[in-house]
Amino acid sequence: MTPASRPNTVEPLPLPEGVEGIVADWSSDQRAFKNVPWGKAMMWIFLLSDTFIFSSFLISYMTVRMSTTEPWPNPSEVFALTLFGHKIPLILIAIMTFVLISSSGTMAMAVKFGYEKNKKMTFILLLITAALGATFVGMQAFEWTKLIVDEGIRPWGNPLGAAQFGSSFFMITGFHGTHVSIGVIFLVIVAIKVLRGDLDHERPGFLTGRKGKYEIVEIMGLYWHFVDLVWVFIFAVFYLW
Amino acid sequence: MAHAEGQQHAHAQGQQHAHTEGQQHPIGIYLKIWALLFILSALSYSVDYFHFQGYLRWFLIIVFMLLKAGLIVAVFMHMMWERLALMYAILVPTLLLMVLLGIGALEADYTFFTRGVFFLKGLL
Repeated sequence: MTPASRPNTVEPLPLPEGVEGIVADWSSDQRAFKNVPWGKAMMWIFLLSDTFIFSSFLISYMTVRMSTTEPWPNPSEVFALTLFGHKIPLILIAIMTFVLISSSGTMAMAVKFGYEKNKKMTFILLLITAALGATFVGMQAFEWTKLIVDEGIRPWGNPLGAAQFGSSFFMITGFHGTHVSIGVIFLVIVAIKVLRGDLDHERPGFLTGRKGKYEIVEIMGLYWHFVDLVWVFIFAVFYLW
Repeated sequence: MAHAEGQQHAHAQGQQHAHTEGQQHPIGIYLKIWALLFILSALSYSVDYFHFQGYLRWFLIIVFMLLKAGLIVAVFMHMMWERLALMYAILVPTLLLMVLLGIGALEADYTFFTRGVFFLKGLL
């Protein structure tokens, strides 16, 4: 058997139930993650490290917010928008949340159609996901502009109260927005690969030289859902708290 | 016993299935979870909209946050269909963050206290 014709995942051993199964997998003197492609396992491990980065941001935000003696600006009012003559609290952030959740839904379905080798649906859903992601970034740019230009909020201080508000806000949402932007770029790349049939013909990737397979759609999906997951936490602890 | 064996067999078949075709699940589950995430987001937004305050607010925010996070990881990221070896490798280390959270809260309380003392001294 030449290396090229080797299947991407090995035949899994029979799995004992529960903890015994974990011990069996980890102590088998083989790969620990049996029935997942290594690219997927590596994406999970990358996401674990990213979890620690975002958690460090959110926990330091908690620390500065708990320890400041200045009043914390009320996010409900800071992020309110006047629509049709009514001032609605936090409405922009709510819309951003729904946009990102919708993009997660379309991504999940893209993964499903990808494994069914349905090229057209996968491509369309990936593009919708990218478009929703770009919409999210656009709304974030609008939000930043409003905060910086209209409200005078800076990373080192603001007229509304505690200076730590600005530094936490720009750091956390900026890092998250960067993740979304990178995700949009990669979604477009994967969509093009799907459309060209790279994944059907196992054409090697431009940078990595790995054979194209539909599992890359799922790996892309893991990253994208993670971005949505982080937003769930930011929405809860930064905007709602 | 026979039941347990049957379950194991079914499980092994499930693994086999997952192996040959990747993660394949009916589209309905994604649509249902999507709808559920929409409802949960609307609920957490209404916590703010209806001005719940105090412990009730914090409780509701955290419950909706954890439910949404759980649904995304379990279904959208397929974690509930993965082998336990992967599940534990990813989820257990995250629990360590609780330690950091605790240390951060202790430190913040202490900083707040010393700042209080410092500013009070300035006033006297």
